[in-house]
Amino acid sequence: MGRVTERATFRVKTGLAEMLKGGVIMDVVTPEEAKIAERAGACAVMALERVPADIRRDGGVARMSDPAMVKGIQEAVTIPVMAKARIGHFAEAQILQALEVDYIDESEVLTPADERNHIDKLAFEVPFVCGATSLGEALRRLGEGAAMIRSKGEAGTGNVVEAVRHMREIVAGARRLTQLGPEELAGAAKEHQAPLEVVRVVAEAGRLPVPLFCAGGIATPADAALMMQLGAEGNFVGSGIFKSADPERRACAIVEATTHFNDPERVTAASIGLGEAMPGLEISELAAADALLQDRGA
Amino acid sequence: MLRELGAEASEVRVPDGLDGLDGLVVPGGESTTISIGIESAGLEPAIRAHHEAGRPVFGTCAGMIVCDDAHLGLIDATATRNAFGRQLQSFEADLEVEGIGDEPLRAVFIRAPWIERHGPGVEVLASYAGHPVAIRGGGVLACAFHPELTDDPRLHALFMAMTTSARERQGAER
Repeated sequence: MGRVTERATFRVKTGLAEMLKGGVIMDVVTPEEAKIAERAGACAVMALERVPADIRRDGGVARMSDPAMVKGIQEAVTIPVMAKARIGHFAEAQILQALEVDYIDESEVLTPADERNHIDKLAFEVPFVCGATSLGEALRRLGEGAAMIRSKGEAGTGNVVEAVRHMREIVAGARRLTQLGPEELAGAAKEHQAPLEVVRVVAEAGRLPVPLFCAGGIATPADAALMMQLGAEGNFVGSGIFKSADPERRACAIVEATTHFNDPERVTAASIGLGEAMPGLEISELAAADALLQDRGA
Repeated sequence: MLRELGAEASEVRVPDGLDGLDGLVVPGGESTTISIGIESAGLEPAIRAHHEAGRPVFGTCAGMIVCDDAHLGLIDATATRNAFGRQLQSFEADLEVEGIGDEPLRAVFIRAPWIERHGPGVEVLASYAGHPVAIRGGGVLACAFHPELTDDPRLHALFMAMTTSARERQGAER
């Protein structure tokens, strides 16, 4: 026998994200919501203290979910349970690892704990997903050890415009790198403020070496289908479900639209009779009020 | 991987997608989610018809669970979900697999199941820690790990061989 049994290799860490491709990961704050999400066909749930729309409305410091709540959610469902930690808050991440969550989201939706540094994700056995607004940001997170990338979008707005921008930036940016000669990659790494070795990998493949999901602003089945057609390999949905009039139906509909994103008839059928979507927010007004979550932890 | 082995491959999302296929792969993912997807797309009768027509099915990880007797019942075996634990216990290991040569296969287990029980017609191709993790029987090949996550094509090649011989057999009967 050659190599022994190994845990937490890059392949094992990204492997779970690979298995979630084509699926929807839903934000939940209680075990009851987690059960609704699982029944609706979510491929995983994300435990957090408050959904982004409530964090926006109520303000204050948003932190990791109560460990008792995370445990309750783990007991309630059999699908993977992810949980959010604050940017740079490696002690929250240590707790989440001790709880054996399946993935940690180092998330800008929570109040950052470190304005300069992200968590050293290579030091953990549990894999991490991180948000990005651009290719450079995605590459920096990969350099730190992220095993999955999602667009940041603008969480809690029900407005998909930022997610579209971020997804296009990341997908097109990766494609552009393939056009460069080997001698140009160091310059590209400098522009993207990213490690050269990660730039090389992406330039070779024309895509990120880990699954790329969309997050931040999906509110309707059409939003979900749009993001998949733009190159997302799956969708995170936060406030969009449990802030809508009929969460259960909307959750099913967003799953259906994510699976059958290339089939307008099925997306149409899924979009009918869902009741009110979550109320949306205009991005320019948030920007004027300096309330954009996506600017945290670039 | 199947394309590299010379097969034409397509994604099956709706029942019509199974028309004209010689073999079906039920991939990894979450078995709960896949089961809901099979139900909402009305795929179950089409998968059954495919299997009853003698066309092979290959289930990996969640796909193995979906094939077991608690789900679609395509193979006389029962899988235990997440038997190896959560993501923190996920691992990769060298595995000797019957029928693919002596060289061990690097197998990636993600929140993996194992086979708790199987009938006499089911052949165990590989075990890990005393539990069957690759089985074959009644036109179904199933494994608890993810051959699709490595570059080793040998299990897919084994499935292709099953598919080819099933097609030849059907051709001879016709």
